[in-house]
Amino acid sequence: MTAQVADASAVPEEVARAGDDGPAPVRVVVAYGFWIFLLSDIIMFAALFATYAVLNGQTAGGPSARHLFDIRNVAIETLCLLFSSYTCGLGSLFIARRRLRPFYVLFGMTFVLGAIFLGLEIHEFSGMVASGAGPSRSAFLSSFFALVGLHGTHVTIGLLWLLFNVAQVAAKGPRPFVLRRLHCFGLFWHALDIIWVAVMSLVYLMGVRA
Amino acid sequence: MGRLGWSAIPFDNPLQMGASALVLVGALAVLILVTRKGWWPYLWREWLTSVDHKRIGVMYVLLALVLLCRGFIDALMMRSQQAVAAGGAMGYLPPEHYDQIFSAHGTIMIFFMAMPFMIGLMNFAVPLQLGVRDVAFPVLNAVSFWLTASGALLVNLSLIVGNFARTGWLAYPPLSEIQFSPDVGVDYYLWALQISGIGTLLAGINLVTTILKVRAPGMSYMRMPIFCWTALASNLLIVAAFPILTATFGMLLLDRYVGMHFFTNDAGGNPMLYFNLIWAWGHPEVYILILPAFGVFSEVIGTFAGKAVFGYRSMVMATMAICVLSFMVWLHHFFTMGAGADVNAFFGIMTMIIAVPTGVKIFNWLFTLYRGRIRYEVPVLWAVGFIITFTIGGLTGVLLAVPPADFVLHNSLFLVAHFHNVIIGGVLFGAMAGYNYWFPKAFGFTLDRRLGLVSFWCWLIGFYLAFMPLYVLGLLGMTRRMQHYADPGWQPYLIVAEAGAVIILCGIIATVAQLVVSIRSRERRRDLTGDPWNGRTLEWSTASPPPAYNFAVLPRVDSLDSFWRAKQLGALRSPTRYEAIDVPTNSPNGFITAFFAVITGFALIWHIWWMAWLGLGCALLTLVSFGWRERTERTISGEQLRAEARARPAGTDFG
Amino acid sequence: MGEQKKTDHRAPGDAEGEGSILTYTAGLGFALALTAASFIVSQSHLLWAPGLAVGLAVLAIAQMGVHLVFFLNIGSGPDNTNTVLALAFGILIVTLVVSGSLWIMANLNGNMMPGAVMQEMQK
Repeated sequence: MTAQVADASAVPEEVARAGDDGPAPVRVVVAYGFWIFLLSDIIMFAALFATYAVLNGQTAGGPSARHLFDIRNVAIETLCLLFSSYTCGLGSLFIARRRLRPFYVLFGMTFVLGAIFLGLEIHEFSGMVASGAGPSRSAFLSSFFALVGLHGTHVTIGLLWLLFNVAQVAAKGPRPFVLRRLHCFGLFWHALDIIWVAVMSLVYLMGVRA
Repeated sequence: MGRLGWSAIPFDNPLQMGASALVLVGALAVLILVTRKGWWPYLWREWLTSVDHKRIGVMYVLLALVLLCRGFIDALMMRSQQAVAAGGAMGYLPPEHYDQIFSAHGTIMIFFMAMPFMIGLMNFAVPLQLGVRDVAFPVLNAVSFWLTASGALLVNLSLIVGNFARTGWLAYPPLSEIQFSPDVGVDYYLWALQISGIGTLLAGINLVTTILKVRAPGMSYMRMPIFCWTALASNLLIVAAFPILTATFGMLLLDRYVGMHFFTNDAGGNPMLYFNLIWAWGHPEVYILILPAFGVFSEVIGTFAGKAVFGYRSMVMATMAICVLSFMVWLHHFFTMGAGADVNAFFGIMTMIIAVPTGVKIFNWLFTLYRGRIRYEVPVLWAVGFIITFTIGGLTGVLLAVPPADFVLHNSLFLVAHFHNVIIGGVLFGAMAGYNYWFPKAFGFTLDRRLGLVSFWCWLIGFYLAFMPLYVLGLLGMTRRMQHYADPGWQPYLIVAEAGAVIILCGIIATVAQLVVSIRSRERRRDLTGDPWNGRTLEWSTASPPPAYNFAVLPRVDSLDSFWRAKQLGALRSPTRYEAIDVPTNSPNGFITAFFAVITGFALIWHIWWMAWLGLGCALLTLVSFGWRERTERTISGEQLRAEARARPAGTDFG
Repeated sequence: MGEQKKTDHRAPGDAEGEGSILTYTAGLGFALALTAASFIVSQSHLLWAPGLAVGLAVLAIAQMGVHLVFFLNIGSGPDNTNTVLALAFGILIVTLVVSGSLWIMANLNGNMMPGAVMQEMQK
């Protein structure tokens, strides 16, 4: 090793091209770590999707998807989540440009839309449980509640995290560490919508036609 | 208090009471000693709240060594039971107890010995080898360790309060369902592993991010040490596989707690689905364990043969090939469950294929040793022992990969011998090699060589005596997990196996003695150069032990084994300019999170719902309050760095 | 350490230059269209019935792609490599686990006892 000190301008061209120039900036490291976490989360969902795919025919003489799923409800839930992804994305654009008022409005809308989604889903679940189609009725229902319920749990955690992040922006301003967390939240929220696309298509839309 | 009552303590079982008493007395003695000597402030400041990857790595390895002793006691009990329970004899362990012992043995050895050992070694060495100051997320690193320790604590609590699972280390349903295992045993198992599983997943994310995004200037991928490549592959597998474990255990928990029907016999549940999912995790898991060991051997063989490892590129490609292929073979763990011939054939062939990159590695190590100037230090002895032993184990694995052969040998002692062959010969030997290799770096003095040799030979001889008879027994028809057996012809083999276990015990005692003796005589064996083995990689360019920030100035890397090259060229120079650096402050986050995790886990096991909510709520509050912190780093000035560098022994600190 | 260096470091989710409202709105538009298509395909008989699963899967994958490109800004540039590689690895594992599980379980279930006998035994 040579005696060169880690000085940005002293990186020889060959080294800069051949290797990396040292540890990546913090925001890149944080975002990448969160990206890896999201991939692990998607694999966890994949295990539950596989379970649903295997067990969804096992209704044990109880109600099946066709009897239980309300497509209109699913459509509203889908639109809520999709638009909340949109408002979240716009909100992150505005705070990147340090325009806090639009940020608060857009993230407020994100929260409301997410809460509506959650409310509709809880309503759907409690209706199913009340009519005897709870998760312990059959393997199909167990796998349905686990998969869709896990997604709903993630949405719940996301909404709480959203509140925490907005509170931090309000209390500490758009400092770098606050912005890093917002960025991670954005990744999380978009990923949840991606998973919902799979749930909507493979669970609900397939289910009513099976 | 849920279903917790005085009946949970096994007053009627003298063996368990004795063991519990021993554990409690031992723990109490340690606590009293620490208090008497006034070590609590030091321990809190320097270890319990440390976010330094080196400290965390040491704690992981310490946890592994302690749990090795606990798991090995289980093994000794099993061996001695099987050595006497021939013909009509029933031995001294009733079935309900014996079943817990083999379940605890497997669970502890895999999750709380092998995993922490490998993660500890990777934690310690990877940032140093990459030429950086710490892992990507130091506080998360501490949380990971303490969650793993929480899981270990819960498993050991089951010894004193309640009982452990009787289902084997993978808790197959329907036996593990609430109908057939209504007591707390399986719940202890599930919650301990869910909690430590989160810790492991976070560690995987941490190390992947570190290796991909946090490296010294100039260190491109093809200039990384091979240990970092195997660490990358292993941690990618952790990130990919552990979510499956979490999901599967989650479903079993839902079956047990809420009455769902994923794996039950009725209402459409499918126990075979559990086998499928758990082994989709389980096979990558064994590669998670072995890949870091492969990396250790690459480092050790390269160092002590005085040559670069033969075929760097092919080693890298073999490593990544193993990483991907490990997700394509999992059905070979349940050939006999009834899938058709085409499914069995596909997975059987894939299993044979995965042996090829491993073979490439073995040949590369052999080519490295060939015509090298080998110095027979303790680490390289473990490496040579590994090459022989692991090859045998791998061969029996390929034998088992043939479905028709597996139909005869599945769940026999042949299988047990195979996996112990590869895990002990591979993972444990690698752990011991890494332990002996990096100990001087971690603590500043070398380990006693003679006792290291004693430990190695006892392990090697003991292993063969303990497990070669099991191959024969498997072929003779003995199945695994037998509490007693009818055929007295099997007994001689089991007595030899018991003798082997006793010799391994001597090896473990030698390791403990080695540590004690080395600490006592540490002044005599101080490592003043930071490079006691004439190493090749960057960790040997620092002092032993390195300062908390590892490198005052991050090294600039211009080749593979750049430290070695610089030594050969005589081009080592100390840094001339020191700039201020930011280092993370300590954080009690990990320790406090673990505390609440243990409370929540214990409460869930015993159905003490208010306590579970309380624990969870407190954990959430902890998370929020630590998220609200602003001051997470402190600055060390350039002058202080220069002063500390001057105070270190000459021969270290090449910038 | 400056941001000016030529590095291959871009955070996942970072847009090329500065993200724009147009990108997000376009993404929303495409996603809405694909969602509508999924519902129409499932509720009507426009698609040949046995092909429904494939059709929905294709639409779902397309919509996920829209999310990735327009909302998450996953591109194909050299500074995106790590992010894309990680995503590819994740997709590979998901594919192996899901398709492997389906193949294995179908095979196992197919080799089980006939249904009537099974149910009789479960009573």
